[in-house]
Amino acid sequence: MSAILSLQSVSKSFGAVVVANDLDLTLGNGEALGMLGPNGAGKTSLFGIITGTLTPNAGKVLLDGRDITRLSSPQRCRLGIARSFQVPQPFGGMTVFENLVVAAAFAGGKRESEVYQIAATTLEECGLGDKANRLAGALTLLDRKRLELARALATRPRVLLLDEVAGGLSEGECEILVALIKNIRRTGISIIWIEHIVHALLAVVDRIVVLAGGAFIADDKPEAAIRHPRVAEIYMGISADE
Amino acid sequence: MIAAKVQDAFSFRVSHIDRSSRFGLVFWALLLILLAAAPFWGDRQTMRLLGEIYSYIALASLWNLLAGYAGLVSIGQQVFVGLGGYVLYVGALAGGLPPLLCVPLGGLLCGVLAVPVVLVLFRLRGAYFTIGTWVLAEVFVQVFQQVKAVGGGSGISLPAVVVKSIAQSRDGREFLIYWLFLALVVAVIGLIVTILRTRYGLALTAIRDNEMAAKSNGIDVNRTRLIVFVAAAFANGMAGALIFLQKLSITPFSAFSINDWTMNVIFITVIGGIGRVEGPILGAVIFFVLREFLADYGSAYLIVLGVIAIVVMLKARRGLWGYVADRYGWQLFPLARRLERTRIVPDAAAAAATIEAH
Repeated sequence: MSAILSLQSVSKSFGAVVVANDLDLTLGNGEALGMLGPNGAGKTSLFGIITGTLTPNAGKVLLDGRDITRLSSPQRCRLGIARSFQVPQPFGGMTVFENLVVAAAFAGGKRESEVYQIAATTLEECGLGDKANRLAGALTLLDRKRLELARALATRPRVLLLDEVAGGLSEGECEILVALIKNIRRTGISIIWIEHIVHALLAVVDRIVVLAGGAFIADDKPEAAIRHPRVAEIYMGISADE
Repeated sequence: MIAAKVQDAFSFRVSHIDRSSRFGLVFWALLLILLAAAPFWGDRQTMRLLGEIYSYIALASLWNLLAGYAGLVSIGQQVFVGLGGYVLYVGALAGGLPPLLCVPLGGLLCGVLAVPVVLVLFRLRGAYFTIGTWVLAEVFVQVFQQVKAVGGGSGISLPAVVVKSIAQSRDGREFLIYWLFLALVVAVIGLIVTILRTRYGLALTAIRDNEMAAKSNGIDVNRTRLIVFVAAAFANGMAGALIFLQKLSITPFSAFSINDWTMNVIFITVIGGIGRVEGPILGAVIFFVLREFLADYGSAYLIVLGVIAIVVMLKARRGLWGYVADRYGWQLFPLARRLERTRIVPDAAAAAATIEAH
């Protein structure tokens, strides 16, 4: 599998807090990668480094082998990196449909009327067809999460970064979202998914990395990765030898 | 195809207009006819008041575009109002140009000046940007006080000969200036509505709602802001030239007055509804109604203004029009893009989906 996205020796710290310490990561073309790690490990910061909202202190970000470390976040979006935020960030005063039109038009560098089709189709795909003309700020949590996904998809991404899309949802709602992400996978979009709900991850991803203390402490097949002793320690609060 | 549902075909179209904006268009059209005819039904004082209201609606609409949409909270827009005014005086007196030609000239100079200004100020973020705009405005007051050619601190007046060159009779001048103010406000609002309906307006509205999300969806926020700032400076300059054409005299303090050209403007925008085109119009009406009834009470008037501003900011953070718009989804300008879809025969080819943009 050829790499679509890679991080090379990336380091980032905020004062004394190290969120990335000489990290390397490769995402294969079409791969779905899960990311686990305790709160504050730097998972979201890593997304910031990939999308260009954070500048790393050292290291490189490559997309298709091209160095994109110095590109701005709108430029990276246009190259095909899309992101859904952990706390949904809708354009609250715009309708759901308009939210998607923005994403499709600016990420694709297209005229508005050219993207109505993409926006309308993506809404249907994400189960928001009936809510097209609602104000995005007035949606329920599930629908905000759906919108977050739909808007990322409307940019026609090649790499999709999902930040805890299942967090805060009920079991049933979580299943709806997992089904949606499985479908996205089938279209060949490469995914990195940060999620604490492990069974949701297991249903979708090919590989899991575990980030702690600014380093990947595990990088393996999903079942193997979650059995890693440090993972149990981090998530259950029990040390490996107990 | 991602989900099964997509196999169904939809025919859809996108329309800007809905029932409330259709009502709005009729309302604005009737109002415009009524106001354009003001010289035939109003006395001189009414026309002066209306002209002043128009100039404030124009200024507030521009400030709303900057602060409400682009997130550029400037308290230095008086720079461009004052500069536009001075261009008119210098152009007419020293250059011997017809005053009405100096109005667009004032706008042009402000637009050009806005480019270097913005390149410096954009290095500052948020509150620092705001303070920066104020400092810049104070610099202009100080500089113009020192310039002997424009009368220094005591300013200059338009001589009768220049005033007469606009129109011979006093009525003719008053009518002309009235219509120019009306044309200005219609042009400013018309332009803002037109911009908001384009792709560029989508970017502005997205920035208004969520700057971080706008950036991560491919919008070049800084470039969008630069264009808005320059366009607003151009229009502010024209407004300033027109305002001081009516006033017949200009001093550095009246030209670059933060109270007149920024504080009142912010009050109008905030109580009317920031981030809505309708907001500044409603705000200006409220502001002038209050002023007409309370101005005689001196400081009590200012206290009432302050209390109203505080109550609105606490109870209706998006202003009075914002409150109504959020609650009932009203819009008096056809801005929203509504998706209207109808399911057609499920097995019909998806290719049958048609788009008609309106």
